[in-house]
Amino acid sequence: MPDLGQYAVEVLSAYAVSVALLLAIVGLSWRRYVRVRAALERVEKNG
Amino acid sequence: MIALLRRDLKLAVRAGGGFGLGLAFFLIVVVLVPFGVGPETELLSRIAPGILWVASLLAALLSLDRIFALDYEDGSLALLATSPLPLEGVGLIKALAHWITTGLPLTIAAPALGFLLSLAPEAYAYLLLSLLIGTPALSMIGTFGAALTVGLRRGGLLLSLLVLPLYVPTLIFGAEAVRRGADGLDPTGALLLLGGITAGTFALLPFATAATLRINLR
Amino acid sequence: MSMWEYANPKRFMGWTRPVLPWTFALAGVCLVVGLVWGFFFTPDDFRQGSTVKIIYLHVPAALMAINAWIMMLVASLIWVVRRHHVSALAARAAAPVGVTMTLIALFTGAIWGQPMWGTYWAWDPRLTSFLILFLFYLGYIALWEAIEDPDTAADLTSVLCMVGSIFAILSRYAVLFWSQGLHQGASLSLDKEENVADVFWFPLLVCIAGFVFLFIALVLMRTRTEIRARRMRALEARVQRA
Repeated sequence: MPDLGQYAVEVLSAYAVSVALLLAIVGLSWRRYVRVRAALERVEKNG
Repeated sequence: MIALLRRDLKLAVRAGGGFGLGLAFFLIVVVLVPFGVGPETELLSRIAPGILWVASLLAALLSLDRIFALDYEDGSLALLATSPLPLEGVGLIKALAHWITTGLPLTIAAPALGFLLSLAPEAYAYLLLSLLIGTPALSMIGTFGAALTVGLRRGGLLLSLLVLPLYVPTLIFGAEAVRRGADGLDPTGALLLLGGITAGTFALLPFATAATLRINLR
Repeated sequence: MSMWEYANPKRFMGWTRPVLPWTFALAGVCLVVGLVWGFFFTPDDFRQGSTVKIIYLHVPAALMAINAWIMMLVASLIWVVRRHHVSALAARAAAPVGVTMTLIALFTGAIWGQPMWGTYWAWDPRLTSFLILFLFYLGYIALWEAIEDPDTAADLTSVLCMVGSIFAILSRYAVLFWSQGLHQGASLSLDKEENVADVFWFPLLVCIAGFVFLFIALVLMRTRTEIRARRMRALEARVQRA
């Protein structure tokens, strides 16, 4: 762990917020991707 | 074209909403602000240009969704689309009618409300001038937004979300002109830029409005 | 074969299937290398202290927030001119990614602004422009969600995107006129003299590459989702008619 000095809170929270947002968009995109793929397979099998 | 303008104006006046509601809303917003920020004359006169501009912007927004909605529902918009008058002209006329029923009364009423907010005396001329130049742009941008949302059942809220960001440049230059006037600076630059925006919107947005109307009538 | 062949939905699904995992992998590697390099192995700036490390998130996110909008504009133009469905769907797919990038830029900027300028938020031209950009993204997404017919939605959002772009640029300059800024000028330019020092510059480049690849991967993935969702709707409509 590098020494962040007096700004540790700022730097770490910036990283935390950004990583959380990136993970959120990736996660949401992925979830919808899997769901839509499964739903389409179901529809194609029935139709 | 003139017949269409007459018809729209008549409808607006008969419906009673056009003139009255927008003005009343404008008045109420301006009256509410001192309750919110306190009655100090100095503070009020400092923020008066911004409040008057924001309030007129909101008042213009209020009647936007009726620009095309009624004509769309009763089919007269489809009729207009097949008439010899190009849809670009229809958009222009609709914007003009909206301006005459809301923008113009707001402009005339604004100085009276300026007294309520103790606007600096030097600023009245610029307030009148900037609203006169700027409100047509608000109507034209709003007409475009109304054309975008005309086919939607609950387009009102969406309309505000779409149109308000587009109002930013007009608001900035308009309020800046009045503020500079109040501070005794030269507001010519802001007024010229405001005029540029109005001219630009009237040159380009009728085409965008007509294109969206054609898509919505398809 | 012309490049437009790649935009046929079926072909698009074909060539993106193998490309997608590689893009994600590339994005992951670049991001991890860039951020670890930036976070652990770069010195503190002599004036800004350790807050300079925020640059590895702030600058790439801000860059991609603008580039995402430009990509949406180009995709909208292609849709209007050539009517490739994939293009319209790609524009739709890019918008939420653009919003995320804008949010990251705004948040990291606010967190960085507090120790440097003594305030989280200032009505500075650059900050304000990003807030306006954020509002444009919201309106664009809301319009997509509100319209049921996909072709009408694609047409209307394309028009909005084009008109919105003009107004976004106008707002950018209007805001400059309205307030003097705290924000420094561009940290990146081809003119090497003005750039940040090399120690910060190389990890920053890696991070930017990571954000670019991540954006591409997300857009490809979301476009694939949109194509499938659209196909599903078409199939369901056919079943209902039969």
